[in-house]
Amino acid sequence: MREFLLSVAYDRWILPALLALPLLGAALVLIGNRTSTEGDDEVATGAADRPRLVATLVFALEFVLSLGLWWSFDAGRSGWQQRFDMPWIPSWGIRFTLGLDGIALMMVLLTTFIMVLASFGSWTSVRQKAAPYYALLLVLTTGMLGVFMSLDLFLFYMMWEIMLVPMYFIVGIWGGQRRIYASLKFFIYTMVGSLLMLVAIVYLGLQAQHEVTLHGMRQVVPDFSYDTIMATARVTPHAALWLFGAFFLAFAVKVPMFPFHTWLPDAHVEAPTAGSVVLAAIMLKLGTFGFLRLAVPLFPGAAMNPTVRTIILTLAVIGIVYGALVSLVQPDFKKLVAYSSVSHLGFVMLGIFALTVQSVQGALMVMINHGLSTGALFFLIGMIYERRHTRLIADYGGLARVVPMFAAMLTFVTFSSIAVPGTNGFIGEFLVLLGAFRTYPVLAVIAATSVIITAAYLLWAIQRILFNPLDKPVNEHVPDLNRRELLLMAPLLACIIWLGVYPAPVLRRMQPAAEQFVRIVETRAAMATADAQGGR
Amino acid sequence: MLLQQVADAAQAGAHPLSGTAARYVWLLPVLPLLGFVLNGLLSLTSAFKLGPADPSASHDDHGVHAPAGLEHGGGGHGDDHHVVARHRHAGLASLIGPGVLAASFLLALAIFAAMRGAGGGEMHAPFVQRYFSWMPVGDLQIDAAFHLDQLSMVMVLIITGVGTLIHLFSIGYMQDDPGYPRYFAYLNLFVFFMLVLVLGASYPLLFVGWEGVGLCSYLLIGFWFSEKANADAGKKAFIVNRIGDFGFLVAMFMLFAHTGKLDFIGVASAAPTTFAFGGAVVTTICLFMFLGCTGKSAQIPLYTWLPDAMAGPTPVSALIHAATMVTAGVYLIARSNVLFSLAPAAQLTVVVVGALTAVFAATIGLKQWDIKKVLAYSTVSQLGYMFVGVGSGAYVAGVFHLMTHAFFKALLFLGSGSVIYAMHAAYHHTGNHDDAQDMRNMGGLKKYLPVTWVLMWAATLAIAGIPPFAGFFSKDEILGSLFLRAHGSTLAEAHWLGIPGSAVIIVCYMLGLAAAFMTAVYMTRMMLYTFHGPNRTGEPERGYLHEAPWIMTGPLVVLGVLSVFGGWLNLPSLLPLGPVGLLDHWLEPVVGEGTLRVTKGVVPEAAHSTEVALIGAAVVIAVVGIALAFARLKPARLVPKSQSPAEHGFEKVLANKYYVDEAYDAAIVQPIVSGSRGLLWRGLDAGLIDGMTRLLVQGKDDDDAPGTTVPMGGLLSRSVGWIGSQLQSGQVGTYAWVLVVGVLFVLGAFTFR
Repeated sequence: MREFLLSVAYDRWILPALLALPLLGAALVLIGNRTSTEGDDEVATGAADRPRLVATLVFALEFVLSLGLWWSFDAGRSGWQQRFDMPWIPSWGIRFTLGLDGIALMMVLLTTFIMVLASFGSWTSVRQKAAPYYALLLVLTTGMLGVFMSLDLFLFYMMWEIMLVPMYFIVGIWGGQRRIYASLKFFIYTMVGSLLMLVAIVYLGLQAQHEVTLHGMRQVVPDFSYDTIMATARVTPHAALWLFGAFFLAFAVKVPMFPFHTWLPDAHVEAPTAGSVVLAAIMLKLGTFGFLRLAVPLFPGAAMNPTVRTIILTLAVIGIVYGALVSLVQPDFKKLVAYSSVSHLGFVMLGIFALTVQSVQGALMVMINHGLSTGALFFLIGMIYERRHTRLIADYGGLARVVPMFAAMLTFVTFSSIAVPGTNGFIGEFLVLLGAFRTYPVLAVIAATSVIITAAYLLWAIQRILFNPLDKPVNEHVPDLNRRELLLMAPLLACIIWLGVYPAPVLRRMQPAAEQFVRIVETRAAMATADAQGGR
Repeated sequence: MLLQQVADAAQAGAHPLSGTAARYVWLLPVLPLLGFVLNGLLSLTSAFKLGPADPSASHDDHGVHAPAGLEHGGGGHGDDHHVVARHRHAGLASLIGPGVLAASFLLALAIFAAMRGAGGGEMHAPFVQRYFSWMPVGDLQIDAAFHLDQLSMVMVLIITGVGTLIHLFSIGYMQDDPGYPRYFAYLNLFVFFMLVLVLGASYPLLFVGWEGVGLCSYLLIGFWFSEKANADAGKKAFIVNRIGDFGFLVAMFMLFAHTGKLDFIGVASAAPTTFAFGGAVVTTICLFMFLGCTGKSAQIPLYTWLPDAMAGPTPVSALIHAATMVTAGVYLIARSNVLFSLAPAAQLTVVVVGALTAVFAATIGLKQWDIKKVLAYSTVSQLGYMFVGVGSGAYVAGVFHLMTHAFFKALLFLGSGSVIYAMHAAYHHTGNHDDAQDMRNMGGLKKYLPVTWVLMWAATLAIAGIPPFAGFFSKDEILGSLFLRAHGSTLAEAHWLGIPGSAVIIVCYMLGLAAAFMTAVYMTRMMLYTFHGPNRTGEPERGYLHEAPWIMTGPLVVLGVLSVFGGWLNLPSLLPLGPVGLLDHWLEPVVGEGTLRVTKGVVPEAAHSTEVALIGAAVVIAVVGIALAFARLKPARLVPKSQSPAEHGFEKVLANKYYVDEAYDAAIVQPIVSGSRGLLWRGLDAGLIDGMTRLLVQGKDDDDAPGTTVPMGGLLSRSVGWIGSQLQSGQVGTYAWVLVVGVLFVLGAFTFR
């Protein structure tokens, strides 16, 4: 496999190709699309056939192309791979630089994987304005992949903003009853955070400015290259604190960390199924990815400042327990899963800031696992919603008798979300807690109590949906999953088992990046502390 | 590292077991796993009916699609036996389900023979087989590896042996259940996880089995999920177990933080040098681990799930909630004997909790009317004995009782299954909806179920501790060793909450005797009310009461033999009945070090007279208990459940299990739920945080009315709100185009100039 990939110079074109393909696909979806009249059921009339087929094929091609990364990526090496670099806006010092480390690699694969399913899963749930819907999904993909791949801070910011807009439209147009409220809330929260990040990025770029020769003239230009900023940017501890704060706000909203999380339940509940899946499975990870790639390594002194670190870790643990407790009392199943995301993402933050190899690797595993398990949960909720048009837990009961396949799958995914060993969920939570216990034992123990509450809220929910007497006549004739839905769930279930039983290949690919993260942040934070003490 | 070395050594042929049947040890759990997959497929494919391609279009299509899963009709008998219709794949499932188990048992026997050939109790290194790297992260290296030694061998034999018998019994018991393949799928999966639990070479791998059996327990307790009580019981079992699992997890984190190891060999070799004897760290680790045991093995304060777990089919109660899963905590402590022997305060805690549980559960058992509930509390009580054993450092005694208990309690549960089967069939024939599990509706059954009657008496005498039945030897060994630990052991010299260890031990010994007395009483009561006196089932039903088919009584007979003669596996030196201390010798390589640390290197030998006195006291107490029950309880005076008066006074408290469930609900569950709803969600989340957001953005509070645009206040919301209002104008296609072109332009404009 490696030889074949080398022979086609895969490493050199794959990343830009992965960014370009969805955009071309979006154009393809939109071209020749007749505008159908308002309120048409495009699935019934067949108007949705072409856009959904084209989009799904493009996503499938994208996924197949990206799969080569699994083999072409050298797990034994740290540093950027598949690097692609070209000047972009030289007068501003902005380059079009892409590259992967083990962390970004897994996130890219997760994205391309989930997006195929998201588009395939929308076939019957999106019944109006199908063409723009699929086009937006495709544009969104470019934005998300761009964030994971960017090695230029300005490019990073641009990709960050690109993905915001399609999601705003997806929630606002194809969402539920309160979609306008939810999409506005989503937009405002994310926007406020990311504007501050822009200021911080520009500041950093100016810090790293240097003299170059452009059009025969020597002039001073900023430099937004990640590597240059990492190597050369020198900011005072005071400035670092402010800059870190700006990045923190942008990413903490995205994660979302308690108490910046309240946009999430609304966005999740109102978004169409695929929107919820993408939000949970990928977009939340962009926040934690931002911490791993930018906020923490760029300002280790500020991030690992004992006060700052304790505050963030405490917020993370509050999020874990709080999210679980609030999930317990949600009457709406989708909202329940949304709050459970707050809890799961708290584990990621705990893992990152506990800063041990195990906890960081665990955080990365939770990022992947949450994508798979919560993604699967949202798909299943979407499927039952299409049949019964309600998300309220109380409207169900005894479904396992009527839809055994759905019941089997929901139970299975639930246990993965509960992190029962043997499923993917366990690996992540176990590693995070094990690692965090080495540096923050008390917080790790408090976080570990969530294993109890998580079991409680999820089992209680599925009991009220699947088990108990089948006492509502409307539920007696719900059809079970169809072929497309089975096909959709199968890969998710397979991944859940695979990552639970044999996660070693994934862990090995992320290992150098995780180790390097811990090492760099530890040494630089120590240096920053020494500087601060020396300066006094 | 050490694990690696041992594994390499084993593969290099250095281990006496390499090259023998032991190399197929991986097949032991894989066979039941295969059974799970096959039965699971049978179950799903037969129940599943493919839905229409467009689910929402067919939503109103009533009548076309009949409910596919006809599983679990009826019920309503208040019992757990539901007969509706035989599954069309029943034949295949009953071949696969018990078949894989029998194969696994035969393999276990072969491995056992190989181990005996390799020296048995003289084989000092475990046989470790490594398969692949499970969690390799930095200095944490957890392998998927199996650890076969004398202790895991004993457990494997119990699990596969008793498991096979119970699978066979299930063929008869579950024959007409519409969920037949699903039942065997779960049961096979359970055995798979149970074998992973006892074979796993590290704590995390043990934990895989530990939670896996909990998962299967959940599925099987709630097997008849259409009744809320059953689904509730399954959920309760899982959640309560998770409280224990939290403790287990913390114990693992602490172990890793201090020793850097999580595999058994590594921990056992690192522990004595890492931890100070009686130190706070090792004591805390052991206490957290024991919290895990109180969950899985139903000890105070986490025992409440086990009685409710009787909602599952009776063979499940026999296998999971009596013979195997609930003993996992005992296994865990025996497996961690090196750790526990370093922490006498933790050991005393185990002894105290075990003894208290033994007495406490026995008192509840005195007043239960449901035959399975009596057995459930009896199980809780007997598990308490096992913890007294392993807690006092008498690891072999604990494991011995685990084994004999597996025999006689499985027999008792299956026997009660036989009774319920007969009762249910009788009620079913006449259309009666009385409670088929209530002893007040039974009586005089010995006439109709003679085989079951004889066998259950054998088991009753065994559990009551009458010689020479199996339970006598194991219970006597536990109480005897405990008594001897009162002097000269590390336990006697340690303190527990300021009380000298020797005093604690003497009190616990007394509690053990008291529990033994009550065991004799409640078991005799159960037998009297069920089998003796006049029959209270009802005139029309009486004619339909009959013994179960041979597929069910056969396993009972085998278990009966084991309950009678199981004690021969570890005879005390006092009684010249055969070879002495077989199990002692067999388990010596595994638990010897831990035991000797507790007894300070000497093998405690009681004076002959003391030993006679101890045994005499135990036997007298059991005999008195049985005699007293015979003298005081009059089955003839009992009336059927429907005519029984309500209990009052202390009897009512006992019948209501001391209201512990109610107390937990009021003190823990309700405050958490209402606090989360009122304080956290409505108050903090929707109230404070969202309220502040709204104030910031809009300048005034908004009732977020559905489907409307947000009222405008500030500049920010006005501008963003404009975009929002545009969303509804229908020009979406245009926006999508603008976006695509925009992105392409921005990306391309500078790139390609």
